[in-house]
Amino acid sequence: MRNVLVIFRKELHSYFVSPVAYILLAMFAIIFGFFFWNSLGYFVYMGMESQMRGQSMPMNINEELIRPLLSNISVVGLFLIPMITMRLFAEEKRSGTIELLVTSPIHDIEVILGKWLSALTLYAGMLVLTALNFAFVFRYGHPDWKPLAIGYLGLLLQAGALLAIGTFISTLTKNQIIAGAATFGACLLLWVLEWVSGYETSTWARVLAYMSVITHFESFAKGLLATKDFVFYVSVIFLGLFLTARSMESLRWRS
Amino acid sequence: MITVTDITKRYARHTAVDHVSFEVQKGQIVGFLGPNGAGKTTTMRMLTCFMPPTSGSAMVAGFDVLEQPFEVKKRIGYLPETPPLYPEMRTAEYLTFVGRLKGLSGQELDKRVHYVLDRCAVADVKDKLLGKLSKGYRQRVGLAQAIIHNPDVLILDEPTSGLDPKQINETRDLIKSLAGDHTIILSTHILPEVEQTCQSVLIINKGKLVAKDSVANLQNRARGAESLLVEIGARSGDVDTATVQSRLEKISGVTRVVFKETQQKWSTFEIESHADGFVRGDLARAIVESGWDLNELRPTAVSLEEIFLQLTGEPLPPEEAVVTGAD
Repeated sequence: MRNVLVIFRKELHSYFVSPVAYILLAMFAIIFGFFFWNSLGYFVYMGMESQMRGQSMPMNINEELIRPLLSNISVVGLFLIPMITMRLFAEEKRSGTIELLVTSPIHDIEVILGKWLSALTLYAGMLVLTALNFAFVFRYGHPDWKPLAIGYLGLLLQAGALLAIGTFISTLTKNQIIAGAATFGACLLLWVLEWVSGYETSTWARVLAYMSVITHFESFAKGLLATKDFVFYVSVIFLGLFLTARSMESLRWRS
Repeated sequence: MITVTDITKRYARHTAVDHVSFEVQKGQIVGFLGPNGAGKTTTMRMLTCFMPPTSGSAMVAGFDVLEQPFEVKKRIGYLPETPPLYPEMRTAEYLTFVGRLKGLSGQELDKRVHYVLDRCAVADVKDKLLGKLSKGYRQRVGLAQAIIHNPDVLILDEPTSGLDPKQINETRDLIKSLAGDHTIILSTHILPEVEQTCQSVLIINKGKLVAKDSVANLQNRARGAESLLVEIGARSGDVDTATVQSRLEKISGVTRVVFKETQQKWSTFEIESHADGFVRGDLARAIVESGWDLNELRPTAVSLEEIFLQLTGEPLPPEEAVVTGAD
């Protein structure tokens, strides 16, 4: 555990001494800021419209503002995650520092966990930025905080799963760009797999749709903690980290 | 301190290290000599538990690299061919990180970081980014990193490659001063480096160990004899080289006298003899008694280059021509 912390601190440090973390955080803040402004504007417009029509049904801020925004975060995350994970192992392999890690009295899994947790922490940092926007909603409205908390949990789980896959891909190459591009491809594929369910209902279509990371986020966005979705994300995290461990081990046999 | 028994590393298409066995005593500096691609790096990587051997075993500081890699890693300091530096870290910060990796903490960690900063003469760059350091500094930080946890064994892969002559000397002196506390294996393809730094030498070629001996023994073995250079002159006129040759050949122990050249009034001869210890004295006496002047008498050291030639039957390949198999 102590060693995990040593690696974790080192990784977080290198995110924040290089421009990587700042660029990612700034990009995310701008994109999410736009989504927020846009969604809020639409929400207010719809509210006025329904009042003018004389409808008495009040609008639900959780359902009609927070839920779509959470889905937006989840999709933006898919694009930023490759940039978080691409250097994790590829850079160590390129510069030869991997030899230091591998010849130190520290287990592979400690290295992997430290790196993955630091990536997850950077992602959590992005979520903190979104919390600033949501703070305004709480200041001027009365949304229920529980669905929002579950939504955040879902975002963390989804990111954890994709980050684990990205970490694995980063162990396969010395080249950051290749690692980034391959991770981006994997993320995108895991997103669009869900589209097949739009017109197909056969078994294979259901299997494909089940494998999509977006499918499993829907319940979290609604504020539901569904066991099957929780288990899905946790399994993907385990799978990704397991593959990373195997890949790191094979590095010794092949190099 | 290090015992390697019949270690072999096989890749899909070639054998990088082929049944190599050797031992290193505590406190020694051993040079691992061979052309690029001979299997030096691979052997070192197996000793550091970076990769497991295909067959055979290696014991480092009393622990088997396959069975107790953790114990071995705690007792080994390793400087790979390119120092494993993170360009975005500062020197002291980096050494602290490596110290933590090796299991140090608290006051002991601070103490060791300060110690190695001084020991390796990198204290003046302790707040500089590693990415901005010159090659000599990078190499020294690499050494500092290797000794931070005071390991029993130091494994240095080409510690002087890419440095300028002044930096090479500084690095060599530093390595020599580390012996005694640490047992050191260093690899190189530069021959004088071994002669200057190491007590014994392991010569490896195409994955096979072709010689293991002390540097002095190896030099003797190459000729099985001593080779001397003598400069002789006469007070008036030139010396008659034929007379000198016949006179010196009569001395017992001398096997061959070869005239080399005459410059101004001094004539140079190369003399081969059995290394029995009396030849030099007899030579000097004979020359002076014959009325000649003795200007110089010195043994010519056989370079490892010649030894390498004799042992492997081929000259050291030029650096660029060889593809490094280990990378």
